[in-house]
Amino acid sequence: MGLIPFARTPDYTRLVAKAPALPAGFELPLEPRLPRIGSVDAVALEARAAELAKRSIKREAKVFALELAIRMMDLTTLEGADTPGKVAALASKAVRPDPTDPGIPSVAALCVYPNLVPTAVERLRGTGVRVASVATAFPSGQTPTDVKIAEVRAVVEFGADEVDMVIDRGAFLSGRYAKVYDEIVQVKEACGEAHLKVILETGELGTYDNVRRASLLAIAAGADFVKTSTGKLPSAATLPVTLVMLEAIRDVHEETGRMVGLKPAGGIRVAKQAVQYLVQLYETLGSEWLTPELYRLGASSLLNDVLMQLRKERTGSYQSPDYFTVD
Amino acid sequence: MVPKGGWGIEMGPASPHRARRTAPSAAGSREPAERGAIDVSELEKKRSSAPALGGWDYAPAPESREVVSLRERYGLFVGGEFVSPRSEAWYSTISPATEEPLAEVAEAGVEDVGAAVASARTAFENGWSEISPAERAKYLFRIARILQERSRELAVLESLNGGKPIKESRDVDLPLAAAHFFYYAGWADKLEYAFPNRRPRPLGVAGQIIPWNFPLLMLAWKIAPALAAGNTVVLKPAETTPLTALLFCDLVRQAELPPGVVNVVTGDGRTGAALVQSDVDKIAFTGSTEVGKAIQRELAGTGKHLTLELGGKAANIVFDDAALDQAVEGIVNGIYFNQGHVCCAGSRLLVQESIAEPLVEKLKRRLGTLRVGDPLDKNTDVGAINSRPQLEKIRELVAAGEAEGAEIYQPPCRLPERGYWFAPTVFTNVAQSYRIAQEEIFGPVLSVLTFRTPEEAVEKANNTPYGLSAGVWTEKGSRILWMAQRLRAGVVWANTFNRFDPASPFGGYKESGFGREGGLHGLEPYLSFDGAEPFGG
Amino acid sequence: MPERLPVRKTYKLFIGGEFPRSESGRTYLARGQNVARASRKDLRDAVRAARAAFGKWSGATAYNRGQVLYRIAEMMESRRGELAATCGGEAEVSAAVDRMVWYAGWADKLAQALGSANPVAGPYFNFTIPEPTGVVGILAPEEPALDGLVARIAPAIVGGNTVVAVAPEAQPLAAIELAEALATSDVPGGVVNILTGQKEELAPWLASHMDINAIDLAGAGGLAAELERAAAENVKRVVRGGGGGGGQSLWEISAFLELKTVWHPIGA
Repeated sequence: MGLIPFARTPDYTRLVAKAPALPAGFELPLEPRLPRIGSVDAVALEARAAELAKRSIKREAKVFALELAIRMMDLTTLEGADTPGKVAALASKAVRPDPTDPGIPSVAALCVYPNLVPTAVERLRGTGVRVASVATAFPSGQTPTDVKIAEVRAVVEFGADEVDMVIDRGAFLSGRYAKVYDEIVQVKEACGEAHLKVILETGELGTYDNVRRASLLAIAAGADFVKTSTGKLPSAATLPVTLVMLEAIRDVHEETGRMVGLKPAGGIRVAKQAVQYLVQLYETLGSEWLTPELYRLGASSLLNDVLMQLRKERTGSYQSPDYFTVD
Repeated sequence: MVPKGGWGIEMGPASPHRARRTAPSAAGSREPAERGAIDVSELEKKRSSAPALGGWDYAPAPESREVVSLRERYGLFVGGEFVSPRSEAWYSTISPATEEPLAEVAEAGVEDVGAAVASARTAFENGWSEISPAERAKYLFRIARILQERSRELAVLESLNGGKPIKESRDVDLPLAAAHFFYYAGWADKLEYAFPNRRPRPLGVAGQIIPWNFPLLMLAWKIAPALAAGNTVVLKPAETTPLTALLFCDLVRQAELPPGVVNVVTGDGRTGAALVQSDVDKIAFTGSTEVGKAIQRELAGTGKHLTLELGGKAANIVFDDAALDQAVEGIVNGIYFNQGHVCCAGSRLLVQESIAEPLVEKLKRRLGTLRVGDPLDKNTDVGAINSRPQLEKIRELVAAGEAEGAEIYQPPCRLPERGYWFAPTVFTNVAQSYRIAQEEIFGPVLSVLTFRTPEEAVEKANNTPYGLSAGVWTEKGSRILWMAQRLRAGVVWANTFNRFDPASPFGGYKESGFGREGGLHGLEPYLSFDGAEPFGG
Repeated sequence: MPERLPVRKTYKLFIGGEFPRSESGRTYLARGQNVARASRKDLRDAVRAARAAFGKWSGATAYNRGQVLYRIAEMMESRRGELAATCGGEAEVSAAVDRMVWYAGWADKLAQALGSANPVAGPYFNFTIPEPTGVVGILAPEEPALDGLVARIAPAIVGGNTVVAVAPEAQPLAAIELAEALATSDVPGGVVNILTGQKEELAPWLASHMDINAIDLAGAGGLAAELERAAAENVKRVVRGGGGGGGQSLWEISAFLELKTVWHPIGA
């Protein structure tokens, strides 16, 4: 079983997918190409995640983490009711999260629906805060591929710096990995200069084995980031899920030197959780990954809690939400 | 590393982020300062106070010592009172992390041990053996509850006196100790169900000698089943870690246990020998195989009951289909848990040769994240070595490993200047014949060996006089059972390691001892029955 | 002068399924017969045979072991005459045969009677099963010559152990008759090895042998304390006071068993 030379053109992967030597139903021989998919033991994984979550991060180490969390944040609004007004307000918050404290850094990016990208781009021009847009029929991804590609082209044209796509879970769960793979390859092409985050929607994948498999699949197809969730499901990012993804990223790095980013999203609401995610990141991938280039926290309500904790560290008093703007 | 397959290719034109990324700087500022309205100078000032991105230094997070108040001196706990030793001998017990003296402790002589055994005998004959089992159960439940209530105090003291990380004494030792009393409490009035048709009866006075690696947990493993079965006890804690046992005596009084049911005599090996030679009905010993053999010889021909939980040299076997990242956690937990001061530690890593290289790489990388230092810091993963003699033993065996030709790896870590410390260590290129692969090191030292087939793994794993525990890592169900069947060890952890539970019997094959602790089976060594007796008694 | 001169039996050792003479060439007189007087080297060979047989015997199915023990009882029954002539008589033979049948029935029930599923506080499946301890050295009681030996061997082998037994010194003939019954039953060679000879000479070697895992001191008499001390050298399981025709219980079996506890996580 020799290594199949890798080509990232969709045509080639389709060719491989139809290779006559393969048994029926076996669409893409990923195994020979991947270093080792392997499997994940759920109990030991959860135990390790729980152990890391018990780290006690205090004083200057905590301030460091909280500031980093802000710099890594993808401030997000993904509502049917989103309007230019709402996005404009959030853009101000993204640039200057705490108007009373100029020492607080801006967030990494503002994440919006495609129609709101132009507003976000306009409001954030020159601030260093990037614009991220969800795309590819977010959140379900149950749309023809060419429609998805068209959507990606549109948001890139609108000026989005980053594209958060969703994988086709229907294809993944029915074993059509090639479909998932091809689509990511095509979206990556359509992104051009824009940065691609691939949402696995881990809450729908069912097992940690699938999370690992999907992570490696997305990375192999060209993802700059893998991202846990759309935030539209009750079960979104969890510490064990992100640990699986970090370990997949680590394996890819060990094998190839390539550095892929991670974005947990959904369910991260309080500062303490953010610190736990950063501890896990730091102890799994090391300090090289402690940068917004390689890690993002997708969140909406997290920002204010982090700001409250930072002010508490500065003033020594516990804070009230009344003193922090809602957007 | 050479890029393989599809992994090394350039994924299209560099993304803007990649293009923008700059080399890490010491100040931790990686991004261009395009912050619009934000006062950049202010921002930079703020950032420069944060640690460099090159390393995120966790601030010290010490658990408060205030919960523990130590007396200057502790006598022997005999007949429900602390009494001065007739030997008039005392010794100082220290913190192995700092070598600071913590308290004076009595050194019990032959006479003192005799008095403790007599007190236990009196308590056994005058009431404890006749008290209704349901009442006995309630005493044990009480102790379990008080252990839970005072758990932080005991955990801090355990780490202080023994050197183990507070996260372990807090999250493992104390919860398990309380659970042990809770579990055996329920058995006290149900012995007829545990041993139907056998008329179970207590033995009388049990002499119990425990080690320094899990001082309070071993106390619970010994005292809980003994009392549940209706015996009274004289316990000798380890010389270097007497304090939690002495604090436990306070709990015994709080529980209003009748005087003499639990007695504690402190001292060194001579005190232990005196207890073995005293008028007890049973000896339960956990410790080294060497001392265990001496006790077995000493008791020969006396008819006294004996159980031994001795040393080990467990194989932790990893197959090429294992969930590798979790296996690495299991390996780390197997040998660096409690500084490797664990009789069932997975001290021999047997790796299938086809994955030895990546696995060892992962392991070395993981070792780099272990935080060695102050046992009372909540983020410490590896604490202090328990005593100077133990540290010397570890050093001696590690030197032997290097001399024999094994390749040593230790992650860079700063060890405190005072106290007893040893960095987590991995030996590769280890042959089965090396001393480090044969002898119990009882420290944070792992020997890595390889195998090719399941048969070879079993053969190497069993190739030892010990037989306490073993680990197997594979995703293949039938292979797990095949291995579990063939490994000559009392505990087999499959896809996990170093798990303990009061309901789970624990104990060894071969020179790792006999008798079981935990579970229904752990009651048997503290009872006599109609009909023939089991071995050792 | 008899009408026909009977052909006498040569009483030999039973090692690895065969009947060798003692390598020392020695015999001693017991009940009017010249009986092989085993040496420490014979004992060493017997332990080697027992160890070699252990893997297969302990790995046999419990059902199979039960059937083999029952077959021993059948063979003993068919040799009633010879056995009775060398022990206390018909009644003792009956007791010994019935005892063997009783133990035969235990083989496939031990794990259920002695094992357990343990409800640990965590996501783990945890169970405990009995396993044989290995090679068992037996000093058979002097009385009763046949049933005493059967009472010690049967509980050891039913659990999957292999055995090196030293026959009653003064009445060794029944042990050799038993060996012949064993040899014609389906017991694999080496599972039971029987030595005749002088207890005082053999027992210390048995107690100190590093490849014996447990020792049964039923017939140790005044040697018991010394043998126990020697047994500590490799932490042998020591069974005192068993046997002697009286004890017949599950606990006679469990004395030669280890308990193995296996953990496995429960997770998707």
